[in-house]
Amino acid sequence: MSKTISLKKGLNIRLVGDAEKTTAEAPRARYYAVRPTDFHGLTPKMLVKIGDTVKAGTPMFSDKYNESIIFSSPVAGRIQDIVRGDKRRILSVVIEADASDSYESLSLPNPSSSSAEQVKSAVLASGLWPLIKQRPFDIIADPVNEPKAIYVSTFDTAPLAPDYDYVLHGKKEEFQTGLNVLKYLTKGAVHLGMNGMAKQDETFTAAQGVVKTSFSGKHPAGNVGVQIHHTNPINKGEYVWVVNAQDVAIIGRVFLTGKFDITRTIALTGSEVSAPKYYRVVPGAQMGSIVSGNTKKAAEERIISGNALCGTRETVDSFLGFYDNQVTVLPEGNQMKFLLTEGWLSLGLNKFSNSRLYPTFLFPNKKYRLDTNLNGEDRGFVVTGELERVFPFDIYPMQLIKAAMTEDIDLMENLGIYEVAPEDFALCEFVCTSKINIQDEIRAGLDLIKKECF
Amino acid sequence: MKFLEKQLKKLEPTFSKGGKLEKLHYVYDALATFAFTPATTTSRGAHIRDSVDLKRTMFIVVLALIPALIFGMYNTGHWHFVAESGNWNLPYWDNMLDKFLYGLMKVLPMIVVSYGVGLGIEFIFCNIKGHPIHEGFLVSGMLIPLVMPVEVPLWMVGVATAFAVLIGKEVFGGTGMNIVNIALTARAFLFFAYPTKMSGDTVWMGGKEADGFSGATFLGDAQSLLSDSPTVDGVTGIMDKYAPMDAFLGMVPGSIGETSTLACLIGAALLIATGVGSLRIILSFALGGLAFGLLFNAIGVNDYMNIPAYMHLIVGGFAFGAVFMATDPVTAAQTSTGKIWYGFFGGGIAVLIRVLNPAYPEGVMLSILFMNIMAPLIDHYVIQANINRRLKRLKVA
Repeated sequence: MSKTISLKKGLNIRLVGDAEKTTAEAPRARYYAVRPTDFHGLTPKMLVKIGDTVKAGTPMFSDKYNESIIFSSPVAGRIQDIVRGDKRRILSVVIEADASDSYESLSLPNPSSSSAEQVKSAVLASGLWPLIKQRPFDIIADPVNEPKAIYVSTFDTAPLAPDYDYVLHGKKEEFQTGLNVLKYLTKGAVHLGMNGMAKQDETFTAAQGVVKTSFSGKHPAGNVGVQIHHTNPINKGEYVWVVNAQDVAIIGRVFLTGKFDITRTIALTGSEVSAPKYYRVVPGAQMGSIVSGNTKKAAEERIISGNALCGTRETVDSFLGFYDNQVTVLPEGNQMKFLLTEGWLSLGLNKFSNSRLYPTFLFPNKKYRLDTNLNGEDRGFVVTGELERVFPFDIYPMQLIKAAMTEDIDLMENLGIYEVAPEDFALCEFVCTSKINIQDEIRAGLDLIKKECF
Repeated sequence: MKFLEKQLKKLEPTFSKGGKLEKLHYVYDALATFAFTPATTTSRGAHIRDSVDLKRTMFIVVLALIPALIFGMYNTGHWHFVAESGNWNLPYWDNMLDKFLYGLMKVLPMIVVSYGVGLGIEFIFCNIKGHPIHEGFLVSGMLIPLVMPVEVPLWMVGVATAFAVLIGKEVFGGTGMNIVNIALTARAFLFFAYPTKMSGDTVWMGGKEADGFSGATFLGDAQSLLSDSPTVDGVTGIMDKYAPMDAFLGMVPGSIGETSTLACLIGAALLIATGVGSLRIILSFALGGLAFGLLFNAIGVNDYMNIPAYMHLIVGGFAFGAVFMATDPVTAAQTSTGKIWYGFFGGGIAVLIRVLNPAYPEGVMLSILFMNIMAPLIDHYVIQANINRRLKRLKVA
């Protein structure tokens, strides 16, 4: 029996537009892209040119500072464009997809009868390595490091998050194979963060050779960072690798089939989606192939690759993020709100707040259609104690944020910066009365430490 | 409202960069954002944001001050009529409209001066420094008159407000950056600059100072217990003179907003229910006062020490300080554990100053100012404990 850790702090943001548990096949997009910007801090070194034909699994670029990490094409087609931004920074590599996929032939070892070294180089060579991320810094794992453990969270508590019990139902073999691969990558244990609030699918409950710990509580109980903090916190100089639950199954599938098929099931969610449900898509698909025709068009729409708290802003012409298991479509909030009717003096019966400043705290089950308005103006920190209520870490959030803002590396280290990722602060950013972009501040702090100390 | 929105948008270019009145941009911005939550959207990170903002938060505090304000006006009127008639036994709940109107006439100008001077300085400062006008003064502007004796000349209110806003806040960078509470800075400024007019042993009662008619307060009389010529006859004397229920309801002379513990408690209920005010601070402040009061009861070497401990909580500015001053989140301790220590010693030291310091009958203001200064130190040790836990873990690992 696994032990259960129950977390009291947190907040479930109740949005309209949960995905219904049916899955459709998204139409094949004309364009797919792999974007170096999806991988924080990556400097790509191109391996293909415009006009080259690629198969699914053909390496397209590698990490300039760690050339063993390669990034492969998710589909077969022709390199249509390499989009560059300021200072010729590569923003995306766009592939015009063929009608159907042909696959690079990968020679992958059988994970049950090979050495750790073989498995590791197979994961690297296959282009699967970017699926493995590391803490601290929330970046792609550095293969040179020795992680003290690998963590997989089997549930997501973010707003409108996909239900992995549904997504991975019936994929027991793929998931277990993925776990077997991961076991070779660490001398420590592979940890599964189980959902202590629901009965989980056999895919997770039957998983072998892993350490299971249950967590119950509001968001961010499903964040892997919270789970690490409460079971095996990261000290300075230590590394923990993390893999998303669906990505484990993808790693397993590639090892089982020998084909670089990284198709995943994503949830199309949000109040502006006419029929929120699950779609099977290939990462990097053009957003239009998923979203177009599926939204209400009732208002100007914000398309987010990922969840509403830490996803990236996209358009119908841009692309699904590499890691994202969810697309959220919300109304834009670019209208002024008059103080008495919708603003700060209004009764606010449709205003969701974690504070008790609006009467909506009296309706704990109501769901909301929230827009992207900042609902206020940027201010200095005034209110205290509100961040702590949604931050289930033994860390002082406000003090850590201030240390990041003032670029005080010693203080950041002392206050536990190595244990957190920007996503862990997403709720702090949501509730902040002073509307400070906290995730950006934490990211800047992590970048600074990485640059100065590693 | 579409009309107002259109007018605002039409005016916007005039106040924007390159416009005719660009210098007044932040004034325009303050008024526009007062009327409308701006259309600013998130760009990345959390795409949705909580509905709460600083304006709503500050507004709740102002709302919580209303009971104390209304009662303060009435109380002002009452003591004015007492002074006028020279009759100490004038019925309290009598001539209510007259009393209230008199109080209104006295207090409203102070509020106008406080807001006028404070906001004026903020507008100028924000224009010079180029940052938007923040909401902090919405609360400070209301607190300042409430901690003043009613007969303080308006120019003193103005000077004190100017001092508090400039030296207390703007030099540190504006709302959220100040070290000590703004309203208490204003009061402390008058207290030390014009001690004859502000000390807490006697307060003006409205309109009759020429006759030297000054209303004694509980604290003044209590202080006199330590002198050679006490104005009351020991503990029994003072307890006879001031009924605890009168003190609790606030039917005694004193600064405008501070006399009624009940009105403060109504405000506290709103602050706690909305989560704007920290329950930890308010409770620990009261407990601190009570604990030190009981401690003095136990020592009991003079008459003042023997005054029942609970009296400290309901006389003077204790309740007002606990609810509205100590809870100012910017100047209070910021950690949960820190808040408890901060409140406890805030209340405790207030009583300590009252009982032991012959120069200052009222200790709440000084005690909170002192704890404002100490709050970062308290937080430092609370945070250091967290850091030490982390370092210890590193050593074990």
